[in-house]
Amino acid sequence: MQTDLLAILIPLLPLIGFIINGMGFRHVPKGLVGILGTLGPLVSFACSLLLFTGFGGQTIKVPLFDWITVGHLNIPFAFQIDQLSLIMLLIVTGVGSLIHIYSIGYMKHDEGYGKFMAFLNLFLFFMLLLVMGSNYVIMFIGWEGVGLCSYLLIGFWNKNTSYNNAARKAFVMNRIGDLGFLLGIFMIMGAFGSVEYTEVFEQAAGFPIGDATVVAITMLLFVGAMGKSAQIPLYTWLPDAMAGPTPVSALIHAATMVTAGIYMVVRSNVLYTLSPVTLEIIGGIAIATALLAASIGLVQNDIKKVLAYSTVSQLGYMFLGLSVMGYTAGMFHVMTHAFFKALLFLGAGSVIHAVADEQDIRKMGGLRKYLPITYWTFLIATIAIAGIPPFAGFFSKDEILMHAYQHNKLLWVLGVIGSAMTSFYMFRLLFLTFFGRFRGSEHTREHLHESPATMTVPLVVLAVLSIIGGFFNVPEALGGEARLAEFLNPIFNLSRRVRPSAFGETLLTHSEEYMLMGISTAVAIVSAIAAYVMYVQRVSLPEADTVERPVVQKVLYNKYYVDELYETIIVKPVRGLGDTFYSFGEFIIDGIVTGTGWLVQQASGQLRRLQTGSIGFYVFAMVVSIAAILCLRFFVRF
Amino acid sequence: MLTLIILLFPVLAALLVLAVRGQQAKQIAFIAALIELGLAGYAFFSFVPDANSQFGFDYPWLAQGTIRFTAGIDGVSLLLVVLTALLTPLIILSAFRHTYDRPSVFYALILFMEAALLGVFTARDAFLFYLYFEAALLPVYFLAALWGGENRIPVTFKFFVYTIFGSLFMLVALVYLYFKTGTPAGLHSSAITALYNLNLSPTEQSWIFWAFFIAFAIKMPVFPFHTWQPDTYVESPTPATMLLAGIMLKMGVYGVIRLMLPIVPEGVQTWGMTALVLSVIGIVYGAIIAIRQRDMKRLIAYSSFSHVGLMAAGVFTLSLNGVQGALVQMLAHGINVVGMFFVADIIASRTSTRLIDQMGGITRYTPKLTVYFMILLLGSVALPLTNGFVGEFLLLSGVFEYNNILGAVAGLTIIFGAVYMLRLFQKTMFGKTTPLTEGFNDVSGSESWVFIPLCIMVFWIGMVPNSFLKLTEPAVANLLQFVK
Repeated sequence: MQTDLLAILIPLLPLIGFIINGMGFRHVPKGLVGILGTLGPLVSFACSLLLFTGFGGQTIKVPLFDWITVGHLNIPFAFQIDQLSLIMLLIVTGVGSLIHIYSIGYMKHDEGYGKFMAFLNLFLFFMLLLVMGSNYVIMFIGWEGVGLCSYLLIGFWNKNTSYNNAARKAFVMNRIGDLGFLLGIFMIMGAFGSVEYTEVFEQAAGFPIGDATVVAITMLLFVGAMGKSAQIPLYTWLPDAMAGPTPVSALIHAATMVTAGIYMVVRSNVLYTLSPVTLEIIGGIAIATALLAASIGLVQNDIKKVLAYSTVSQLGYMFLGLSVMGYTAGMFHVMTHAFFKALLFLGAGSVIHAVADEQDIRKMGGLRKYLPITYWTFLIATIAIAGIPPFAGFFSKDEILMHAYQHNKLLWVLGVIGSAMTSFYMFRLLFLTFFGRFRGSEHTREHLHESPATMTVPLVVLAVLSIIGGFFNVPEALGGEARLAEFLNPIFNLSRRVRPSAFGETLLTHSEEYMLMGISTAVAIVSAIAAYVMYVQRVSLPEADTVERPVVQKVLYNKYYVDELYETIIVKPVRGLGDTFYSFGEFIIDGIVTGTGWLVQQASGQLRRLQTGSIGFYVFAMVVSIAAILCLRFFVRF
Repeated sequence: MLTLIILLFPVLAALLVLAVRGQQAKQIAFIAALIELGLAGYAFFSFVPDANSQFGFDYPWLAQGTIRFTAGIDGVSLLLVVLTALLTPLIILSAFRHTYDRPSVFYALILFMEAALLGVFTARDAFLFYLYFEAALLPVYFLAALWGGENRIPVTFKFFVYTIFGSLFMLVALVYLYFKTGTPAGLHSSAITALYNLNLSPTEQSWIFWAFFIAFAIKMPVFPFHTWQPDTYVESPTPATMLLAGIMLKMGVYGVIRLMLPIVPEGVQTWGMTALVLSVIGIVYGAIIAIRQRDMKRLIAYSSFSHVGLMAAGVFTLSLNGVQGALVQMLAHGINVVGMFFVADIIASRTSTRLIDQMGGITRYTPKLTVYFMILLLGSVALPLTNGFVGEFLLLSGVFEYNNILGAVAGLTIIFGAVYMLRLFQKTMFGKTTPLTEGFNDVSGSESWVFIPLCIMVFWIGMVPNSFLKLTEPAVANLLQFVK
């Protein structure tokens, strides 16, 4: 009973926050806005902790009411509390609360402050539905709902047309994925007659490996994940989404929403385990995305854009982990990434705050002196994401790479190349921002300042988590207990049943594991040193936009021209089609249909005699008289 | 008996309104429509959710009582009665902001329209259904032809001829069916249920299918019978557009559910694929055109055409999901489209243009309108927990089950829908203000009272769809049992 109450409160509290701040926007006093806005997430976090500590290992279902019932299909509005949703709850409400607190400092002076907090709360509500729902349709509510909030927050400063376009692009691209997700749900309904996880997975476990229906379901669901988690080909919205205020980038476009795709795959692990083909495809897309995004990140000069491409790339790593059945590794990386990437974005926000909304790293530099807390925390996050031990990113990324190595050496090699790039672009960003001398205007330099405590405290907390986050799942080879893996273990029971071989003990010896760890660490450190030499010792600044670049750099700088490609092969044709249909198609159809009607009239002997007059009039007269006669007859008899 | 009161009350009220001089007419019409809503509400809450026709009446009418004046309310009817009775007062209230010439005639016509629509949705005799089906055309025709825009004469003429032409086919089919019932002349019957039990040969099924299809396809409209629609929507005064898009096009979908599916199920099975393909073409075709429209009203008209295509596709699948989805979607679409046209009307009358590229930045001045517009938009783009989702989810699942490819193509509506709706929203509400939108007035009190019930319905249907699905399911199952 108490569990039920906690489970209901967790999403409800942010929703209440949304309603109060949303309805009372411009009426609720500013001081109260922040308190109301952060209270919901904080209490939700507390409730999540209570749920977590009181969790006994048994999956708990909390049914609220029957939502949609048609014939034999019943879609209940219900929550499911198990190991996976608990981990996600802690990440979402925990990191979410920190970012809400940070937002108080970051957005306080914005005229839309109350609206902003309301939208953040609404986002949290939908995100919590997404991870707590006990069936695919509730997940879909959250799935689309977070997309809406993403839209509202990317276009938060709605006077700016390019921001609005970015918001619309995000929503529409997500919708492309959502269609796949929706069709996947329909297939699930067709195959299993239910959308409830427990029923679907129990039945699915009886299917043979490689079953065509399951393959189709997993592919369609993954299309949804491509949209939400920004994988090729649906990733281009995420870098544009940086138009939103920075806390939004941290919360939605780094720590939580974009990891929904990983959550979905892990949730559906039985289905994916049954479909090795899908996993292979995911693996290919994932590594391609990881490398493509990382290579673009090497040359970007907008502090948030670098982080955005980094996020796309890291999401690729998470999917890489899933594709080689390292489900726990994927989830582990979701967790550590939430810590250090949120930290990076919040740090970037702190920097942007200090340099009067400048985002171009060519106009920064030397900020170490002026923003010490931001610098130190940013440094920690950079080390963490680069994969240098013993910080969080090392453990999770290493686990993914280890699984990849076992599965396919090529994936591992590509993965290591990707982490070399990761380390390079991150340290490049760090050095260009915080080292050297300040390159902005004199006026800006005078106003450089560290951010207020509401902003720096979340930074410090996240920095601590970025340092220790890895210890939640230290591998056995390093004398750890792999506690996260232990905890999540029951989630994969059915998967283990359908493909026991894939879940066997690791084939790697400890020395092999040490070697892999050694290589990835070495690569990360070498890249960091290379960045140091280039940007600190030689002070070679990136060129201005006007300078003609060498071909490779130009292609990277222009993001492989993918946006232009989509514009040419999709957007413009659809527009052209719309114009053609409207100007030409409608005319032709109208001509044919009315022409046919006219011919029918011509052919009809009775109507031919009416040609002398207006046909419309006669038809009209006929109807009116029929109606009149019928009415008259009725009243006479009545 | 309740049905008789529901059918007669708006007629009497309309006659009363006709007798009133001056602008008072609108208040009386509004009150009458509210009372009618009360009656419908009573029916809604006291309805027993089974397959039976309730609150009915039955009087002999023509041909020795084989054609009868009979009506009643089952689950399918109930939903549309509620829709009609709910939207009519809101449509009347939304017209308050304009001063129309000859208000007594204008508002009386709206009430006549309401009566005729309710007749269509409750009639239990095929000829009575036909009578109301045609009668519903007259008031809206006069509304459009007398109070419409510059091009109203040719446009409404086309609309009139087009739809009359279509329903003549239905009349022929109904007369044929009537003579098929009972062999001795005295035992003919035009009761709709009597037509359900006819044994028709495959050929008969086919041609009756087409006779019905043309009538209903023009009304909805289904591609390629839609070319009367955008012009008519644009040229009509907004209340008439709302009546057309919000309620009248549902006559077509309702006709398919009430007559086609049970009377010619084999015809539907034979030709269903053709009908579905046409409907699905309409969904995509309409949506793609909507993406490029600059005129707000025309954009909404094409979006409505696109949405109706999905409803049509759903019912032709002959599946419970498809029909239930179509019913909920009829309710949802009626609410959303009336709201959307109202938003367009408010914006157009305050900026004196309907072209969206001349607008922008309205949200600066209008916190309320922004919220209402956004809620209705979310309903239209079928965001979960809003009304549009439930209908589209069930419809698409029905179509997908029928044919995966058609389902996937029909599903494009959720992508294109987002494209044109967000474009409309962005171009009007966001961005920089233009001279035309400078100092835009937010919605007034009476305007809010149109939006508030609509927005409540958006969430009610979206969050508790079972309160409607449960009412209609027995009736739908009953109609579908004629499908072998």
